[in-house]
Amino acid sequence: MIPASFDYQRASSVDEAIGLLSGAGEDAKLLAGGHSLLPLMKLRLASPSLLVDIAGIQELSYVRQSGDHLAIGSLTRHADLSRSEAALHEAPLLAHVAGQIGDPQVRHRGTIGGSIAHGDPASDLPAACLALNASFVVASPRGERNIAAADFFRGFLETELASDEVLVEIIVPTAAGAGWSFQKFNRRAQDWAIVGVAAVSNGSTRIGLVNMGPTPVRAIGVEQALGQGASVTEAAQHASDGLDPPADLNASPEYRRHLATVLVGRALEEAAQKKA
Amino acid sequence: MKVSLTVNGTARSDDVEPRLLLVQYLREVVGLTGTNIGCDTSSCGACTIHVDGESVKSCTMLAVQAEGASITTIEGLASNGDMHPMQEAFRTHHGLQCGYCTPGMVMAATSLLAENASPTEAEVREGLEGNLCRCTGYHNIVKAVLAAAES
Ligand SMILES: Cc1cc2nc3c(=O)[nH]c(=O)nc-3n(C[C@H](O)[C@H](O)[C@H](O)COP(=O)(O)OP(=O)(O)OC[C@H]3O[C@@H](n4cnc5c(N)ncnc54)[C@H](O)[C@@H]3O)c2cc1C
Ligand code: FES
Ligand code: FES
Repeated sequence: MIPASFDYQRASSVDEAIGLLSGAGEDAKLLAGGHSLLPLMKLRLASPSLLVDIAGIQELSYVRQSGDHLAIGSLTRHADLSRSEAALHEAPLLAHVAGQIGDPQVRHRGTIGGSIAHGDPASDLPAACLALNASFVVASPRGERNIAAADFFRGFLETELASDEVLVEIIVPTAAGAGWSFQKFNRRAQDWAIVGVAAVSNGSTRIGLVNMGPTPVRAIGVEQALGQGASVTEAAQHASDGLDPPADLNASPEYRRHLATVLVGRALEEAAQKKA
Repeated sequence: MKVSLTVNGTARSDDVEPRLLLVQYLREVVGLTGTNIGCDTSSCGACTIHVDGESVKSCTMLAVQAEGASITTIEGLASNGDMHPMQEAFRTHHGLQCGYCTPGMVMAATSLLAENASPTEAEVREGLEGNLCRCTGYHNIVKAVLAAAES
């Protein structure tokens, strides 16, 4: 399957990428690892007129600890994040989740920035970012702004990003010693999660869900129940409160609701065990 | 558009359409047909090659994205007519039947060992989760990779 024709430019810096994007029409797209965008283009579900390839911007690939947070360059590949000492120590959930994505070939190409900017409810890293209370630094001709993960995902494959904005950095409050868990349920190796649950407990508990609505979502019902002193079993009953999980070939909405309850229960138990 | 890269140690430069997939470039422009196309949807791993030493599905990469990269295909593994130890291990342990998945399996397996020189059986199975085989049931493939890791 061959994508429709497009123009292709390489950007060697963030400024150059912003310049190329703002000089182009709405349907220009950034290309990072290409592991979400190219499959869509091959199926002709996306046909951008211009691809701005940012994969060569070396300075956007890093994982650094800086004070009370971890700063991750948007072009950091899943394979590098999963092996990063800083991430393994300061935000082990994130490193673990990066190591569970797809298969080794996918992790050699896919980037954290692409995963987040794509805004796919089936992606794993956005749910982890919700659980970790991460925020995203975004650059455009108007300067930089910081968007909380909780405010970033707007609709199916739709985010707060404007068409001339580049996601440059992911900021994750450090959570060394926090309890955490990632429960990814699928039926075949390599598959996307049918439902996934990322949980972090560090005083209070935050939970991000994979594939439980049109966007990556938080399990607010569970978080509130725990805040009011509910047991794990009671709180898990609220896993899909207010949510509208999708139906597809893998699962019905009812099945996803059931899975969410079971997986939230497991995640809370594991997070409690891991807490230092 | 011009793309300059190294394929199996030989530098080359070709004029390609930006939408040309790397797998098509390798098969149709370079003429290396060892890399197979199975699913064409990033699922089966038949098209696995190395980009700068790491396994990548070449049906999910544009040729122009390989600018400056060093590409290795199955044809580039043997040296001076001697099979690579991984190829040898697949032969010895019957790690193939029809052979369609084999170039991708071998490339994924060599990349796996470059990252983890002595994997456990479970690590081999997980490390090859991006590669599907319709014939062997995987058992002998895993045996071959473990044997190659030992040798
Ligand atoms: C076979 C297969 C299995 C997979 N399995 C999983 C899985 O189990 N879990 C999972 O979470 N993901 C999975 N993925 C998706 C994978 O993680 C993608 O790599 C990731 O979602 C997108 O990252 P990318 O760098 O490839 O982005 P690209 O495909 O290059 O880009 C995706 C989108 O984000 C935009 N974009 C990219 N970078 C930026 C930036 N810095 N600023 C603004 N916009 C940007 C692009 O314009 C595009 O719209 C799988 C993919 C494949 C092919
Ligand atoms: S042909 Fe590339 S993964 Fe199947
Ligand atoms: S040997 Fe036939 S597909 Fe693997």
